[in-house]
Amino acid sequence: MGVDNPLGDNVITTSLDLLVNWSRKSSIWPMTFGLACCAIEMMATGASHNDLDRFGIIFRASPRQSDCIIIAGTVTKKMLPVIMTVYEQMPEPKWVIAMGACACSGGVFDTYSVVQGIDEALPVDVYIPGCPPRPEALLFGLMKLQDKIMSERNSFGASIGLGERYIPEAA
Amino acid sequence: MATTETMTLNMGPQHPSTHGVLRLVLELDGEVIVKVTPHIGYLHRGVEKLSEHRTYHQILPLTDRLDYLAPMSNNLGYILAVEKLMGVEVPDRAETIRIIMAELTRLESHLVWIACHALDIGAMTVFIYAFRERETVMEIYELISGARMTSNFFRVGGLSQDVPDEFVKKVSDFINVMPGYLDQYEGLLTTNPIWLKRTIGNGVISAEDAIDFGITGPALRGSGVDWDLRRDNPYSGYDKYQFKVPVGENCDTFDRYKVRLIEMREACKIVRQALDRLKPGPVLADCPQVCYPPKENVYNSIEGLIHHFKIASEGFPAPEGEVYQGVEAPKGELGFYIVSDGGNKPERMRIRPPSFVNLQAIEKMSVGTMIADLVAVIGTLDIVLGEIDR
Repeated sequence: MGVDNPLGDNVITTSLDLLVNWSRKSSIWPMTFGLACCAIEMMATGASHNDLDRFGIIFRASPRQSDCIIIAGTVTKKMLPVIMTVYEQMPEPKWVIAMGACACSGGVFDTYSVVQGIDEALPVDVYIPGCPPRPEALLFGLMKLQDKIMSERNSFGASIGLGERYIPEAA
Repeated sequence: MATTETMTLNMGPQHPSTHGVLRLVLELDGEVIVKVTPHIGYLHRGVEKLSEHRTYHQILPLTDRLDYLAPMSNNLGYILAVEKLMGVEVPDRAETIRIIMAELTRLESHLVWIACHALDIGAMTVFIYAFRERETVMEIYELISGARMTSNFFRVGGLSQDVPDEFVKKVSDFINVMPGYLDQYEGLLTTNPIWLKRTIGNGVISAEDAIDFGITGPALRGSGVDWDLRRDNPYSGYDKYQFKVPVGENCDTFDRYKVRLIEMREACKIVRQALDRLKPGPVLADCPQVCYPPKENVYNSIEGLIHHFKIASEGFPAPEGEVYQGVEAPKGELGFYIVSDGGNKPERMRIRPPSFVNLQAIEKMSVGTMIADLVAVIGTLDIVLGEIDR
């Protein structure tokens, strides 16, 4: 009855950084921000077959509530200012995933209207190649992002105003 | 003296229920919509311009990415246009497989439509179920083409390769269970009082208005106009198949929902007939000036390799002239208009996307209703921005 306590009475020693990182990586809330074809695969990843909820990944409709933006599709020059605004509305800490060839590099659309990769404007953490990437590829990218979050340092200190969060370069 | 003034509200391009990057500028009197102005172009990728610099074979991957919910329908429309221009006869087996895939694509597109439409109105469960079935269609796509969405499977003159042996069983299994799943969706929605309240009487457009706007597809048939290109202007051998064209009566969102559901059942029947018709045979036309050679020739003979190289690198010259081919894509009439100046690339290619034309009606369908009903109207028009902006 009541609350299960399978571990018994225990003491866990950890660092505050690890605790903060662990809780951040276990509740990545991305924005529902579909741009093109990749958005459909992003929806498929979130739906029944692949189920993102088991990673604690829940799509949020508002940038104010999310901490990850998945650029899922072609970024055009007309859309770029909107993406920048949405990105700026997201609270820190925030991460960017470039999903698909278009978001990584412009893809096949080397034209007058397409931004050749979202990294021209936003700091991208994870690049996922593919046109569009399979749901498994998106899952792998999200797991890579979790690894990256776990390797951050001074995340606790930065959140109470002491120093800066150290984000290691992608391996 | 009290005065009232309208309020201007921006909706999108970042909005969860505008189906992509559509931006609507609304003029509201309280909660009642006075004016809707769609702003498009947020996904303009210049597909038509890109097509002018590619050979006829190289354009095909671009058409996958127009209406990304129905890639094979786009492929079919484009390929038929080029075949009409070149005067290529397609073997029977290739035609039959094309019809199977076009109808599976219709199922897939309508599955995503019902998922998003219901999700927008507030029925989350349907989304989970519909994406489960969509996954099976994606597996069939992957089985035959290697890609889940952007299949690029058709070729001018036939198919890129024959389908594997397990294809027939996989498709027939899916077609057998699909009507049961459709019953499941109907059980969740058709008798659901919230669904009925949100859809009956919403987004009404009369048959005359629908024709005047140039609306095609289920949105037109929901208004009671009996028009389907598969039956009235058959292409790719659709005249050999028996199917019903569902027509609505009340011109509202609920009737369009019923039309699409019946269309899904009819698509299952067409696939069933096509599977019965499927006979062994070649899948590429015997037309070496236009078609790629079979793969075994490419790998085993120098002539085959040279032939492949020539077709892949410089394509084939098309006769001078212009050609239009429309197909009944899941969203309406999808047309490709190609102008050729005799070279190996089109001088101009114009795409007539159904969503772009259907979107015009949004103001007619939503003025005078509440702002919350606008979401249902966007859902029932079943627009996809890749196709609108191109």
